[in-house]
Amino acid sequence: MLLQVQNLSISYFTRRGEAKAVKNFSIEIEEGSTVGIVGESGSGKSTLGLAIMGIVPPPGRIVSGKILFDGEDLLMMEKEPLRRIRGRRISMIFQDPMTSLNPVKNIRDHFSEMLRVHEPNVSKDEGENRVATLLEELGISKERSRDYPHQFSGGMRQRVMIGLALILNPGLVIADEPTTSLDVIVEAQILELLKSLKRTHNLTLILITHNVGLIAEMTDRVSVMYAGQLMELSPTEKLFERPLNPYTQALLQSVPHVMASGQALTWIPGFPPNLLSPPPGCPFHPRCPYAFDKCKNVELQYTKVEEERTVACHLYG
Amino acid sequence: MSLKSYIVARLALTVPMLLILVTVVFVIVRILPGDPVLLHFGKQITPEAAEQVKHALGLDVPLYVQYTNYLSDLIRGQLGTSFSNYEPVSRQIFSAFPATIELTIYSMLVAIVIGITFGVRASRKYGSAEDTGFRTYAIVSYAIPVFFLGLIMQATFAVGLHILPATGRVSAGNIPQGADFMGVHIQTGLYTIDSLLAGNLNQFIDALKHLILPSLTLGIALSGVFVRITRSNMLDILNQDFVTAAKARGLKERTILYSYGLRNALLPVLTVTGLQFAALLGGAILTETTFAWGGLGTYLFRTIQAYDYTAIQGAVVFFGILVAFVSLVVDALYAYLDPRIKY
Repeated sequence: MLLQVQNLSISYFTRRGEAKAVKNFSIEIEEGSTVGIVGESGSGKSTLGLAIMGIVPPPGRIVSGKILFDGEDLLMMEKEPLRRIRGRRISMIFQDPMTSLNPVKNIRDHFSEMLRVHEPNVSKDEGENRVATLLEELGISKERSRDYPHQFSGGMRQRVMIGLALILNPGLVIADEPTTSLDVIVEAQILELLKSLKRTHNLTLILITHNVGLIAEMTDRVSVMYAGQLMELSPTEKLFERPLNPYTQALLQSVPHVMASGQALTWIPGFPPNLLSPPPGCPFHPRCPYAFDKCKNVELQYTKVEEERTVACHLYG
Repeated sequence: MSLKSYIVARLALTVPMLLILVTVVFVIVRILPGDPVLLHFGKQITPEAAEQVKHALGLDVPLYVQYTNYLSDLIRGQLGTSFSNYEPVSRQIFSAFPATIELTIYSMLVAIVIGITFGVRASRKYGSAEDTGFRTYAIVSYAIPVFFLGLIMQATFAVGLHILPATGRVSAGNIPQGADFMGVHIQTGLYTIDSLLAGNLNQFIDALKHLILPSLTLGIALSGVFVRITRSNMLDILNQDFVTAAKARGLKERTILYSYGLRNALLPVLTVTGLQFAALLGGAILTETTFAWGGLGTYLFRTIQAYDYTAIQGAVVFFGILVAFVSLVVDALYAYLDPRIKY
């Protein structure tokens, strides 16, 4: 198992109180697989990604749990060895490529900086060769490597970000909404690129997104998050075939279909809970059509419904 | 637009700016109470003699003639002659200028070093007691009158502790003379440089000792702005996406702090440096008088007391050109440091 997240809880300690961004979250990720993490804004999915990287920004703090990478608990590691894992063995692609590159550094400097920091023994020539090969693979012409970020379009910048995430051949890549800020055509190109790179570089991919379509297209397994909690974990195909958790059902129903033109859009009534004062019991119960007494008082528990499928819902408990 | 044509355009813009400056100063010195003619006399004064001096100073013609005369001189590059001793103003300015430039450079250095170290430190310790300390320092140093700070410095280090000289640029008779290079005599008038050129280490140390108090005084007075600007820009930059992305790439904390944080935060600091330069010249007047530093500040102070119209105008025009030049250099540097800016 490449990555095991066990009972992870992360809170932001704000002046107004503790906001539980991730609560008792667990997932296992096999080498070579693509796992999706889907949820609405504020569901804790991005915080989860930052936690695996070890860069949850203050006032956020990991309260409890374990993150085992190759069997080693990242949360127990010293700062320096952890820094050496970041970017080299686990790397991350961010949502907004327009603001994710250092404006005063050219593209090539971004790459050579990575090599210098993580692999100081690599010779300059070899480093340049590697960068050149990767840039070609990414579809960025060699002449542009000395250009600055502002001279690139959003799609090209995201290619650069992907390149920076892959230059050291990490085993695990976390992509946090990698195409959300791109237009549809560029989005399709970037997704194709990710797919082909995943094959050629033998990547394990965690795809964090609110886009259900992306999950269907890209992932093998999916974990659905709501208010910081895991609602359902399932092979992607089975999830779309038969969603178990009422939240997952509602989420999938709210996706607009091209074929269903003329029909009103379905949505989930109500709002996601305030994380500073979440409702007792299941966080979804105020919006859940099936809610009964137990949902209002008893915390969620994980139930293994069938092989590879776990659901957090009292209907199945 | 290329950098070259940008510079040309900027220089062209300097002309109307200087014209306005000259006009304003020309009017103000004449509005101020006091008569330069009277200063040429003791208790004895006859109307004929007064008329003679007035004529010699060129004050016997109507105001608009004085003004056009002055402008036409100025266009030919002539600043005129001093009212008090009939010396060319340009010569007086050039002999006083090196002292000011030397003080300015060292003060700027002090201000920038303090500003950036404190500002970076404060941003790293955001919200802590240390941060509050730096912010308090910034406000206090900004608010304290520069001559008052100078007096405290003198009282403490010169009068009290006897470790540094209170006034002057060098000890008596110890003026560095520069050196000859390939038959050319090089003397900058910057004593720390001239003494090094001459290879005289004792002179250098003497000049440096004299520089410490005035440049610390002026530097500290200016540093508050730099602390604030550096701190707030660092806080802004360190919250940017590209810093998070850099962390996720496992870059070292130092790299992120300096080549991602400070490197970007410095751009606005540079702008402020250009703006502060004008404030620095203003501050130099007070600092120079406090420390008996024979530079342009002292010169301007003296000429104002003497109602020396041409000298005042000359000094102010010179300051104006200097400030325009520095802001041009700052803009050019900006284009060099920030790849997004093209002229």
